[in-house]
Amino acid sequence: MKPAPFSYARPKDWPEALQLLAAGARPGAGTQSLGPLLNLRLAQPNTIADLRHLPDFAGVTSSSAHIRIAAGTTHAAIEDGAVPGRTGEIMADVARRIAYRPVRNRGTIGGSLAHADPAGDWVAVLPALGATAIAIGASGERRIPTAGFVTGIFETALAEGELLRAVEVPMLSADAKWGHWKFCRKPGEFSKATACVLVVPGRPARAVLAALDAPPLVIEDAAALVADSDGEAPRLADLVPGLADWRRALAETALRRAVAMAAGS
Amino acid sequence: MSRKIAIVLTVNGEPRQLLAEPRDQLADILRGALLLTGTHVGCEHGVCGACTVEIDGAPARSCITHAGSCDGSTVRTIEGFGDDAVMAELRDAFAREHALQCGYCTPGMLIAARDIVLRLPHADEARVREELSGNLCRCTGYRGIVRAVLAVLALRRGNEPTLHIPLPR
Repeated sequence: MKPAPFSYARPKDWPEALQLLAAGARPGAGTQSLGPLLNLRLAQPNTIADLRHLPDFAGVTSSSAHIRIAAGTTHAAIEDGAVPGRTGEIMADVARRIAYRPVRNRGTIGGSLAHADPAGDWVAVLPALGATAIAIGASGERRIPTAGFVTGIFETALAEGELLRAVEVPMLSADAKWGHWKFCRKPGEFSKATACVLVVPGRPARAVLAALDAPPLVIEDAAALVADSDGEAPRLADLVPGLADWRRALAETALRRAVAMAAGS
Repeated sequence: MSRKIAIVLTVNGEPRQLLAEPRDQLADILRGALLLTGTHVGCEHGVCGACTVEIDGAPARSCITHAGSCDGSTVRTIEGFGDDAVMAELRDAFAREHALQCGYCTPGMLIAARDIVLRLPHADEARVREELSGNLCRCTGYRGIVRAVLAVLALRRGNEPTLHIPLPR
């Protein structure tokens, strides 16, 4: 099917993009999620503001403590090593398993997070890494922990009139341990249950349980899970409302496997 | 009806100036305006891979990429690989290994396969299968396609060994 008609706008700078947004435009970046929704006519915006031509749309900058990844950075760039250090290793491994390479060449980390599909990859991984979303609005930039960023299915903590400009990820030490399991029957398809576990020496372990038709469940102190995943995984899966038995089984198993992977990494 | 937008593309080496509707996907322009019908449109939501073309040197889905967002880009469709050495090897291997039957998936399959050969020169069979998972073929069962890609990889490696690249979990 073809999209319903819409108008196209190409803002040259962020203030112009925010003006278009205020006037009701829908932001578009790689359109690898929005494109299918348009083709299926599940989304019928009046105007799409194409953010691809904005300055600093894509790119990675880093300090000793943090890495700032511009929202328009593609999954393929992250797969190919655009993010430095141990954080970059983890993110490259995640990126490589998002959809398919031709999709990763256009799809962006910011678009994926702002789209807030519960089965998406970055909505689960970024809170596990302790990342911060950086929004831009009429009054400047605002920092939002990604742990609370996704508030519902396709719903985020972005306020009306705000755009996601970047994500800031901690520069993890080389001894950071990481486990990530997602249940996909076919490579590249949407996950049926995802779990992430990050263990950094000297800090509480963090875990995320996601892709369960609900916002990601972020466990800020996952020490109990890491110590006893058999006992703790069922309790955590219980915190996600309305899971069918098979889905609960996948969720528990994803958590156990992510813990085991982190222990072995 | 929304206003048409002027876009400039380089398609298969030739500069093109076009008027597109904002809702036109790149595939619509390639097929409808430029009559480059080697780009096939299958699922129209990015899953089947039939519409895969090269945009600025990287394979992409032309069915979920708006023509307007490609303004200024260089696009190469399956018709644009006539002089490409890797694609010539792939075409030969596809013919030899019976890597196609109806041919609907073949243009996208070849563009994805060329990307695998150039980007992952040491890929083994498991990795080739994983990388081809974004291109659906309903005729062949993939055996011939995988054999063809592996044959070109081996040809280009000469005597270098195949490295085991672990599958994602």
